[in-house]
Amino acid sequence: MAETLLEVTGLRKEFGGLVAVNDVDFKVPAKSIVSLIGPNGAGKTTFFNMLTGVYKPTAGLIVFDGTDVTGRPPHAVTQRGIGRTFQNIRLFREMTALENVMVGMHSHLKGGILSSIFGLPRVRREEAGARAKAQELLTLCSLKGHGDSYANSLAYGDQRRLEVARALATDPKLLLLDEPTAGMNPQESSDFTAFVSRLRAERGLTILMIEHDMRVVMGVSDRVTVLDHGERLAEGTPSEVQHDPRVIEAYLGSGAVSGTGSAA
Amino acid sequence: MSAVGVPEERWHALPLMVRRAVVAVVVGLLALVVLAPFSGFDPTALYTWLVFAALFVPPWERIRLIGKFIPALGMLGVVVAYPFYASSLYTIPVLGAFPSTNTGVTMLIYAMMALGLNVVVGYAGLLDLGYVAFYAIGAYSAAWFASQQFAGQNPDGSAKRSFHFLAIGIDPKLGGIHVTPWLLLLVGGVFAALIGMLIGLPTLRLRGDYLAIVTLGFGEILPQIARNGDNLFGQNVTNGPQGIVPLDTIGFGNTLHRALGLPANYQIASNSDSLYFWTAIVLVLITLFCSLRLRGSRLGRAWVAIREDETAASAMGIPLMRTKTLAYAIGAFFGGVAGAYYAIFTSSANPDSFQLNFSVFVLVMVILGGMGNVWGVLVGAAFLAYLDQAGLANTGAWLSDHLGLNLDVPKYEFGIYGIMLLLVMLFRPHGLIPEARRKLEFQIGVHDEPLYDEVADDAHVAGASH
Repeated sequence: MAETLLEVTGLRKEFGGLVAVNDVDFKVPAKSIVSLIGPNGAGKTTFFNMLTGVYKPTAGLIVFDGTDVTGRPPHAVTQRGIGRTFQNIRLFREMTALENVMVGMHSHLKGGILSSIFGLPRVRREEAGARAKAQELLTLCSLKGHGDSYANSLAYGDQRRLEVARALATDPKLLLLDEPTAGMNPQESSDFTAFVSRLRAERGLTILMIEHDMRVVMGVSDRVTVLDHGERLAEGTPSEVQHDPRVIEAYLGSGAVSGTGSAA
Repeated sequence: MSAVGVPEERWHALPLMVRRAVVAVVVGLLALVVLAPFSGFDPTALYTWLVFAALFVPPWERIRLIGKFIPALGMLGVVVAYPFYASSLYTIPVLGAFPSTNTGVTMLIYAMMALGLNVVVGYAGLLDLGYVAFYAIGAYSAAWFASQQFAGQNPDGSAKRSFHFLAIGIDPKLGGIHVTPWLLLLVGGVFAALIGMLIGLPTLRLRGDYLAIVTLGFGEILPQIARNGDNLFGQNVTNGPQGIVPLDTIGFGNTLHRALGLPANYQIASNSDSLYFWTAIVLVLITLFCSLRLRGSRLGRAWVAIREDETAASAMGIPLMRTKTLAYAIGAFFGGVAGAYYAIFTSSANPDSFQLNFSVFVLVMVILGGMGNVWGVLVGAAFLAYLDQAGLANTGAWLSDHLGLNLDVPKYEFGIYGIMLLLVMLFRPHGLIPEARRKLEFQIGVHDEPLYDEVADDAHVAGASH
């Protein structure tokens, strides 16, 4: 068993009387690709938001890379090495693609008020380096040549990939993708699947994603966790989960076997 | 262009210089048509047109290295030389004469404030309705340290306290604190920035409207303190409604005057207004330079990111509180410097100058000009400051002279700004001169290309190898 990069114990979130996430235990081994699936309203995004510090958990513990990050603010979590994308694209629309990526490097750059105003050589070098690295990331995400386009002028798929480039700019160990293939056609989704595998292979990233497209989930994941009504329903390899009767019952519903078949 | 029957494509196919020349000629002719019935033909109007045409029509940008700076430097020259030709310029229809140099100083000070507020509102997107407070802090810091305010009085009538620091041209026996006003510009800014941080830390957690309401309150509280500060715990701190007058005058002293020809004392110099005007230009240039540099820096990107989407910004590793507080502090700093300079210029710090109206006024300058764009903000600030200082009064005079209307136009000042703001929001929602990025959205359009076509092949190879 590989070492564990992210370990979540008894994570719980209540909104008033509603229990959105109910005492979930969860593990992500280093350099693996893990998918989180579940019907709408199962608490997947809430779970993500707790991991990244957007929500403070009601109870539970999140240990990332050996440190307790429970309840830390989002920027601190990001600085520890968790990068993320959003379910509904949240780019900085009135910035160029390049600037978007450079924002992701914020915590790795040092330029302060005075050094920026005086344009010290150190800051100039740093900026030039950041620019070059941002171009590299754009190229990696097939956005070469789009650097000067404004984010909101990019095509939908390009925006999705720009979000990934921006998240990669934070130099994460763990990349969280929240429904990355939503709105993509089958060809685009399968290209994206390949892209995710490539990220792991080339950059040694660990990836955790929320995904609805079963083909993507089954094609790329090492492990799959199923959430339903805020509880962990099942956990295992894609084929284990696929054949778990509780999952078929709760998540895939009646006619599940043919359901997975048609999605593939 | 299509409005006058020239198709868009044909217009853009023309060489740049031809296009610029056509615009210049059309503008010139229009101006002539508008001007003629009011003031007849005035050669200075023609000169103005010639200068602008010379600066903006020729393709200066093609000259290497210095080319792109020529229009800007030319404009700067035009502004710097303003005191020499201001009084001989033609009369603008309805608005009256061009501003005097004295009005010009106020316009520049307002421009500086607007640039400072632009960092807060335009860059970082934090709505600050109490900006005048920082202006007041700057003004009072200058007043405290360059007047007889804290002199106190001994039973025999002599001053109790006296502290002098590089105070040139002040009688050393004069009571009170007297620090050179040059240093006080900086002190005013730093004080304002510190208070800005102090107030920012608890309030900047709030978003949008809530922040606006808190800053509104803050902008009301400080002037009240200034007004009632003649007896704070038994101390006369602000001299109450009378304010603190007079302040020490600014200048370089006799030594530097003799050695370098720098003015010894602005107040008693024969070209006093021009000296204040040129100094204000230097201050505005510094503010402009800092604004532009910060906009292109790591911090500037973080501000715009926060303006666009706070949640995404913090997910990218930007500490929200710290970054917002910095924007607040920098905005406050420039507001403080502007306040200190204004106090020195008018030789007084008076609570009546720091009303809520004024915060709104500066905000209107920023919005009218184009939030986030320093050039737009400069134009907006100069124009509104001119209306406030002279333009509206002139309009009133013109109306009563020509139409027999007895309207006290300055009384309707805020109504007029309100209408202007409405019109701008309706027809140019991003301001008169919007930030380039906001304009570009419309020009670039949307690219539509398939996903992952380039990487797909290598990716399959990479995926297969493990």
